[in-house]
Parts: sequence; C-alpha cells; structure tokens
Amino acid sequence: MVIKVLTGNYAVAEAVRLSNVDLITAYPITPQTTIVERLSEYVDLGVIKSRFVRVESEFSALAVAYGAALCNARVFTATSSHGLLYMHEMLWWVAGSRIPIVMAVVTRSIGPPWNIWNEHSDFMDQRDCGWLMAFAENNQEVLDTTIQLFRITEDERVYLPGMLGLDGFLLSHTSEPVDVPEEHIVKSFLKPRSQPYSMCGTELITLGNLPKAEDHMMMRYDIQVSMENAKKVIKEVDLEYSKLTGRSYGGLVECYRCSDSSYLVVGMGGWVGTMKDVCDELRDLGYKVGVLKIRFFRPFPEEDIIEVLRSVKGVLVFDRSISYGSLGHIHAEVLARSYRLGNRPVVKGIIAGLAGVDVGVKEFMNSIVGFVNEVEERGYVEKYSEWLLPG
Amino acid sequence: MLRIQDLPKDKYLLPGHTACPGCPEALGLRYLGMALGKDIVLVVPASCSSILQGTMPGSSLAMRVVNVPFASAAAVASGIANIKELVGGNVVPVVWAGDGATADIGFAGLSGSAERNDDLIYVCVDNEAYMNTGIQRSSLTPYGAWTTTTIKGKSEDKKELPLIMLLHKIPYVATASIAFPIDFISKLRKALNIRGFKYIHLHAPCPTGWRFDPSKTVEVARLAVESGAWILFEAEGGRVRLTPPSNTYLDKSRRKPLKEYLSIQGRFRSLRDEDVKVFEKLVDSTWELIIKFT
Ligand SMILES: Cc1ncc(C[n+]2csc(CCOP(=O)(O)OP(=O)(O)O)c2C)c(N)n1
Ligand code: SF4
Ligand SMILES: [Mg+2]
Repeated sequence: MVIKVLTGNYAVAEAVRLSNVDLITAYPITPQTTIVERLSEYVDLGVIKSRFVRVESEFSALAVAYGAALCNARVFTATSSHGLLYMHEMLWWVAGSRIPIVMAVVTRSIGPPWNIWNEHSDFMDQRDCGWLMAFAENNQEVLDTTIQLFRITEDERVYLPGMLGLDGFLLSHTSEPVDVPEEHIVKSFLKPRSQPYSMCGTELITLGNLPKAEDHMMMRYDIQVSMENAKKVIKEVDLEYSKLTGRSYGGLVECYRCSDSSYLVVGMGGWVGTMKDVCDELRDLGYKVGVLKIRFFRPFPEEDIIEVLRSVKGVLVFDRSISYGSLGHIHAEVLARSYRLGNRPVVKGIIAGLAGVDVGVKEFMNSIVGFVNEVEERGYVEKYSEWLLPG
Repeated sequence: MLRIQDLPKDKYLLPGHTACPGCPEALGLRYLGMALGKDIVLVVPASCSSILQGTMPGSSLAMRVVNVPFASAAAVASGIANIKELVGGNVVPVVWAGDGATADIGFAGLSGSAERNDDLIYVCVDNEAYMNTGIQRSSLTPYGAWTTTTIKGKSEDKKELPLIMLLHKIPYVATASIAFPIDFISKLRKALNIRGFKYIHLHAPCPTGWRFDPSKTVEVARLAVESGAWILFEAEGGRVRLTPPSNTYLDKSRRKPLKEYLSIQGRFRSLRDEDVKVFEKLVDSTWELIIKFT
C-alpha cells in the first residue's frame, strides 16, 4: 500500500500508468490538461511503455483512440467541455462499433461565455451515445474507477466504451491522499485486453457498411441489453476490487445512512462529500436524512433507486446540469423511476452550482431542511423543480 | 516497369457492388487491390465508396474495411498506424477518401496526421464534388463547374491540395488518374515501401456528377491529363517530378485543347468562351505553380 498525495488529474494518470495501456492520445483543454502533461511525461521518461499520439483536435483524439482500439489495443483519452462536445460524433461511432475505450471527462462549463469552472452539462450532453458513464466523488474513487472501467468495458457481457467524470478543479486540481495499489495487484485484476473483434487480424471484416433496418435495430437493442448486463458486471467488479484493495463503492450507487432514513438527498460527483457532512449534521438535529450517490449514470441504477425510494417520504435531487426547457438530468431520471412505486415519495429537483457557482454546507442545509419541513407539513411541495440561484 | 500481365489476378472488388455504371471509385478500388493486396486495412469515410460496398452482412470489397465518420478517416488510420507494429501481422492502413472528406471536412485531421508523419497511405479519390449526397460543390470542384449548389457554375478555382500536402514535408506525394492504372499502381507500390505519411491524389471523373456517358469515364480522365487540366507528378523529398505522360505536356503546344475536355462534360455546358479563357488561365497558373517545385 502506497499513499500518495494526488490531484484528481494525477490520480487519473496513476490509474492509467497501472493499467497497461497501449496507446494514449489527447488534446489539451482546461481543466483536463494536467492529465495529458503527466501521461506524456510518463511516456517520454519510459515510466510506461504506451505510445502517446499528440493529435490536433479532440475529434481526432477519439478517432485515433478508436483506430488503435480496433486493432486490439488498450487505449485511453481524456477531455473536458468543448473538447468533449467536439468528439460527439465519434462517441456514437465507438459505442456502435462495440469497441472498449476508457476516457476521463473533467467536467467544465460550456460557453459562451468562456468559463473554465465546473458543471456537469458537458458530461450529460453525452448521455445517449451508448457509453458507460461513471462519476467519482473523490480522488481515491477517481483512481479506483478508472482502473475498474478498463475491466468493465472489456468484459464480454459489456463491450462498450466508458467514461469517468470528475469535477473540474474541485477534484482535478485538488490534492488528496490516495491509496495507490501495487502494480501486480492491478495486473492480476485487469485481464489481458479483450474485445469482440480486431480489424488487424486475419479475418476479412467490413465494419459499418449499410445495414438492413432490422439488423441495425437489433444492434441498437444489443447495446441496451449490454447496458443491462453492465449493471451486474459493475457490481461484480466492485466486489472483486474490494477484495484486492479493501475499497468498495457499492456498485452503481452508494447509499449513505440510507437504511433508516425518511428523506433522501441524491447527487453525483464531488459535492456528494459535502452532502454527507450535511447529512451527519442533520442527523444530529434529528432529521432522518440519507444520501444516495449516483456512481453510474449509464447504465442508470434503476433497480437500486426503486429499492431505496420504497421506504422514504421525500427525495431531493441536486443537479449540476439542466436540460433546457425541462428538468435537471438526474431529477428526471429519478422522477421517472419513482412512478414505478404505488406509494411514491415526493421527488423534488434543484438545479445548483452551474458555471462554477459554489454550493456549500449552508446551501445544502437550507434546501434540505426547507424541503423536509415542507413535506412534513403539507405532504407535498409547492415547487417540484427549482433553481438555487446565486446571491 | 510494371506490366499489366504481372499484376495479381485476385479480385478485391467483387461483382455486385452498388456503384453507378462507369464509377471511377470502383475502378480505383480495383487498382488499389491489385497494387497492395490483402494487407490493406481500408479506412473509408462517408462517400460513394461507403455505399458501393453494398449491404451487410455482405461486402463487395474483399479486404478489411472500416467505415468511419466523414471527418475522421486520417485520424482513425493514424490510430491503426500507431499500433500496427505492436499487434503484429500484416497491416497496411490505407485511407480511401473523397475530395470532400479530404479537402473540406476532414482537412484538419489529414493535416494533423501528415504533420505527425504517421506511417500510412492516404488516397484522395477526387471526383470534384460531394457525389454521395447528390453532386454538391467542394473546394476541389473546378472553376465553372455546375453542381446542385453552383447552378450557375462555380466561381472559385480548385484548391491545390497535392502541393498543400507537399508543404507538409511528408516523404511522398503523388497525383494519379484512373485512366493510367499502371502509373497509379506503381505509385501505390512505391508508397508502400516508404515509411511515413504518403499522399496520393487520384483524379476520378464521375459520369453521374459530371454529366457524361458512363462508357466514357476513362476517356474523360485521359482527356483531363492530355489537355493539361490534370497534371501527373510525384514528389519525394519536396521535389516534384512530372510523370508520363504529363512530362510531355509541359510544352503547352502538345496538349489537346481544353475545350475538348470541357465540352464532353455536361457540367461545363453553360461555359461561355470567355469562361473557357478563364479556365485556361487557371490551368496555366497551376502548371506554373507546380513547375516551381520541380
Ligand atoms: C458530418 C457529416 N456531414 C455530412 C455528411 C453527409 N455526407 C455524406 S457523404 C458526403 C459527401 C462526400 O463527398 P466526397 O468526400 O467528395 O465523396 P464522394 O461522395 O464524392 O465519393 C456528405 C456531405 C456526413 N455523412 N457526415
Ligand atoms: S456518383 Fe459517381 S462516384 Fe458516386 S457511385 Fe456514381 S459514378 Fe461513382
Ligand atoms: Mg467527391
């Protein structure tokens, strides 16, 4: 066991160093940049044996990664914000080809105006592409989930690419002690690269020529089936990883003080840590609150959520992104699942922390207490979706 | 000197492909297979060549083919090129991309891969418009040509992509024509034996888009060269060498009249005499430009 003090970005780089990656390619964008710099250094100094392709755009980064991965290489890339949006077409192509690739997404606002601070809109903008989508709460989880994603994406029951979200600056540039597993442990955990086919093998394969509509629809269906399979694989992998390292994250969601709670706060990413602190304080004040952390947004943890919603009176969902004209992304998902219950809790959504606006203990405290009191008094809430505006 | 009878008899473009009759891209793919054989991993961005493969699970191309997004071909091939030694086996990444994919939407990726000097062969099959979407102008559509988005004839000149690629200081650049298959095949084979980024620009007259009879594809392509409208050359180490028969057309008096080339194509139907003069001036200036690099 080695404890290193690492920023989120360096935790990503450490994970990649340990994961026996054949090719790394990336294009710099704040706040992802230090991942690229560190990995580029590792390659140049011979710390890792990977190739590093210094591309001219993010679109090409994912295209290069895809080309290499088509030929049975384990690849890695990372980006943020505008870079991720620039990759969008390739994201679909990679998933549709069933080619495992792992990418880190250091979340950041989308302009205009130019803004490097954190929110989750870039990440959420990719939710329909067919990628597995994980999000980390802290730098330890950044490292662990990056390693796990190689294993999950390369599982034959899954064979889909996966991205790991981490909050720009809040995690990417904040140092925390991180337990870095030893090389041989990661090596035994990650099996050799596995994928459904290789374009550099002896088989004559044509990939992606015109389909019959029926065949194409079946391919789409297969992706959905694999997303369902991935739920099981994610849990298995979490269990196996915890046996090797002592760290488990509960699979697709982590439930904090959920078992006896009457109210749930739902969130994803770094601010879940603050939510947990607030939860502890509220418990001391007699509020029976728990926190549900979304660890995987795709596949969405439907069953887990229905299970925990069953026994609560109210759910307050915090989103760091909004689908304009509709709801926060997580709110909409949770709300839809709540309708599977006969006796459903009140589900309210709060849009907060966009564009890098700070959300701290005080803001969470006020929102949660206000929500709990309102539900206790009336049994419903006046506003089912609300913005926590600055000032 | 390569002779036609020495070429392999293996067929890489199979009967039943779905290109138009007289399709230059189909012809070109046949020559590509003859030149490089089964080691090719062909990367094809959206184009007529993605369609002519036919419907899965079949394919009219007896080689490994990766169809990719319109702008991504050079970068995908770059990924393959960067990993091919590691995975072993015989892998020659070849991009087969239209003028639109090459000169327009995929240009940044092409330029990036060339600058990195990735070990691959990039073939631009230039039919001088976006044919797959129904004949729209590209930056390689020549002056005066009708397309569905230039109904009065294009008012700009074709950009000089082979020279632009030459200025990327890559080890090999060549132009070719589907009317001169031995020349094209020889250039491909030469490219195969050079390490780094190789760019070959194949002139490919398209009967559907250029409005001529499908039996005349090769004739039109030959006239392009004989009239001096398309110039065959290769460049190694930054120096251009005109290749036959274009070397003889350096002497303008030996060229066929441009009008002969233009009038055979419906897309130039509405060119007036003064437009033909402008066209001629543009051709002359292209020659002057290329000669500067010899
Ligand atoms: C991003 C994107 N934009 C537009 C298209 C539509 N599209 C498909 S092929 C094509 C034109 C291809 O032109 P070119 O590269 O010259 O090849 P050709 O069809 O002439 O063989 C276009 C515009 C697309 N597939 N992807
Ligand atoms: S439009 Fe031209 S290039 Fe396209 S398939 Fe038809 S003949 Fe070939
Ligand atoms: Mg074209």
